[in-house]
Amino acid sequence: MSERAAVGSVASEPVIEVDDLVVTFRGRRGGGTARALDGVNLAVGRGEIVALVGESGCGKTTLARSILGLERPASGEVRFQGEPLGYGGRALKAYRRRVQLVLQDPTGSLNPRQTVYEAVAEGPRVHRMADESGRVVQALSQAGIRPPERFFLRYPHELSGGQRQRVVIAGALALNPEVIVADEPVSSLDASVRGEILALLLQLREELELTLLVVTHDLGLAWNIADRLVVMYLGRVVEDGTTEQVLNNPQHPYTKALLSVVPEMEQVESIVLTGETPDCARIPTGCRFHPRCPAYASGEAEAAGIADDCRSRELPILGATGGHRAACWLVPAGDAPIPR
Amino acid sequence: MSDVAALELRDVHVTYRTREGPVPAVRGVDLSVFAGEVVGVAGESGCGKSTIVSTILRLFPASATVTGEVLLGGENVLTMRWGRMRAVRWGVASVVFQGALHSLNPIQRIGTQLVEPIFLHDKLATDNSAATKVRTLLEQVGLPARHADAYPHQLSGGQKQRVMIALALACDPQVLICDEPTTALDVMVQAQILELLIGIARERSMAMLLISHDLSVLGTSCDRVAVMYAGRIIEHGPARAIFDWPEHPYTRALSSAFPTIGDAASRYAPSGLPGDPPFPGDLPSGCPFHPRCPSALPVCPTVDVKLLPAGPGRTAACVLVDQSVPTR
Repeated sequence: MSERAAVGSVASEPVIEVDDLVVTFRGRRGGGTARALDGVNLAVGRGEIVALVGESGCGKTTLARSILGLERPASGEVRFQGEPLGYGGRALKAYRRRVQLVLQDPTGSLNPRQTVYEAVAEGPRVHRMADESGRVVQALSQAGIRPPERFFLRYPHELSGGQRQRVVIAGALALNPEVIVADEPVSSLDASVRGEILALLLQLREELELTLLVVTHDLGLAWNIADRLVVMYLGRVVEDGTTEQVLNNPQHPYTKALLSVVPEMEQVESIVLTGETPDCARIPTGCRFHPRCPAYASGEAEAAGIADDCRSRELPILGATGGHRAACWLVPAGDAPIPR
Repeated sequence: MSDVAALELRDVHVTYRTREGPVPAVRGVDLSVFAGEVVGVAGESGCGKSTIVSTILRLFPASATVTGEVLLGGENVLTMRWGRMRAVRWGVASVVFQGALHSLNPIQRIGTQLVEPIFLHDKLATDNSAATKVRTLLEQVGLPARHADAYPHQLSGGQKQRVMIALALACDPQVLICDEPTTALDVMVQAQILELLIGIARERSMAMLLISHDLSVLGTSCDRVAVMYAGRIIEHGPARAIFDWPEHPYTRALSSAFPTIGDAASRYAPSGLPGDPPFPGDLPSGCPFHPRCPSALPVCPTVDVKLLPAGPGRTAACVLVDQSVPTR
C-alpha cells in the first residue's frame, strides 16, 4: 500500500498553502478578542489527503473555513496554487468552484424539498456550466449512486444516511473541483456505512486526483485514509507529520493523550486530560497546553529542567513543511525529533 | 450478585403502528442486567436499541404495542399501575438520554432542576437536605458545588452532560440506563464521561445498561455486550471476547469499522459493509443480515436463525455457528 502513500507529497506541488494565518473573533460584551487561529502554517500537496485533528475549540474548523475563504484572516494569507486568495465576490465564486466543501451531517446539508437531481445540479447551474444533466449523471455515479437516473426524482427522506452523504459528495463533484474540504464526513453515519464512504474518498483521490482536507476528531479515520496528520490545539498546530509518524510515534503530550483515549488502544494506559480546551480569548502563557499537560503535571518537564519554559516561554510556530515536527519544549528542536 | 436481575427483558416485542402498516422495531429480545454489572447494547440506527430503552420506563408512544415482560427487580413494568410507575421512574431506574445537552431547562438554575426530582420522590425532604443532596451529587459527577447557581448556557457540553448524570442519580436508582451518553461530545470529554459513568456504577453497585453505536467503546468498558441488528440480539457475551473475537459476521464488521491504529492491514483500507441497515418495516427474508453479509450462504435467505451457543457464555445468531444446518 506504500505506493499509494506516495501519490501526494508536499514536495511535488502544494495546492493549498497557509502562511502564518491569524483569524480573530471579536468578543461579546467586554470579552477579549478570541484568537481562533494564532499563527498556522500548512501546505497541502496535490492529491494528498491531510487530516486536521483536535478537540472542539482547537481551530480546526476555523482553519478549514479560512481555506474556503469563509473567514478573512486578521493577518497571514491562504494561497491556492501559489496565488493569494482574493476576497472579492467574483474571485471567491471562481475559487469555490475549484475548492468544495462537504459537511458533517448530510441530512442537514440537503434541502428536504429538493430532489437528488436538483441538489446535485444546483452547483453547475450557479456556475453556468454546460451540460447540466451530463454532469449530474457523472457526479452521482462517481459518488457511487448507481444507476444515477433511478435516483433523480428521489427526495432526501427516501434515502439512507450513506446515500445522502454520497449525494452531498456528488454535489461537490459536479463542479469538477480540485480540492474537497470535508468536515467530519462520516461522524454522523452508521458504523457499517462509514467504511464505504471512506473508501469512496480514497477512490476519488485515485481516479480524479482530488486533494482532500479532512477535519475530524477521529484518529481511526485518519489512520484509514490520511497521508498526513496535523494536530491542532488552541489555534496552533502542535504536531505535524505523516500519519504513520504521528500515530505510531507521537511526540507531543497532547497527541499522546488523544491517541490514548481511542477505545482500541488497550495496550496503553489512557491519559484522560482534565478539563476542556480553554477559551481562546484567554490563551495561557508559555506553552498553551501546559495547564493540561500530563508531562508538565507529572514532573517530567521539571525533571528535564524545562518547566519554566513551559510556563513562560512562547514556543516557535511550526513551519509548513519538513518531516515530523512537534511544538513542545520536551521535543528536541529540528525537523527530526528523537524517537523515544 | 443476587438471584433476581435488577433489570430483565423477556421476549420483548415492540411494534409501531404507522400509516405504512405495522413496523416491528424490536422482535423478541431477552436480556438481563444484575446489580454491579455494566451491560452494553451495540447497534446502528433502526436496530431497536433506543426502543428498548423506551420500554424499560414505559416511555414509548401510544402507537407502540409492547409484548413480553420488562422486569425491574422482578416487578413487571408493563403491567404496573400508574402510581407505582411514577415512583419507579427515577426512584428505581433512570435514564441519561442521547442529546441530553438540550434537555436542560435553559431558564432554570442547575440547582433548581436537580432539586425537583428529589422533592417529587422524597416526601420527607427539606430545603436543607435537598440542597445538601444537590451539592453531593454535583461533587460526585466532578462539578464544583457552586455550579448549582449556574444556568445551562454557562456550562460546556461535557459539564452539561455531567449535570444530566447528576439528575439521573438524584433519587439513588438501582438501574441506570445510558442511551448514547457520549455521542455529541468531544473525544477527550467522551473518555472523561465514560470513566465517570463506569466509576459511579461500580461504586454504587448499580446495574447499568449502556447503549452505543460504537462497539469499541462498549468493548473496553462493559462486562457483557449484546449486539443488535434489525430488532434482535444477534450476538451476546463477555464484552472483551465479543470485541476481540466476534462470531457473527455483522459484529465482525462493526468491530473492524473503527480500525486499530498502528495495524498495517487497515492502513488505506477502511472496512465497511455494502448497503445500509434495513428499514424495520421491510426486513429481508430469513436472516435479515444476509443481503449485506460477506459470508452469506445459499440457505441464509430462508433460515431465520435464533441465538445459538457460541463458546463459553456466548451466543450468536448465525448459521455459521450452528453446525447442524447444511451449508449448501
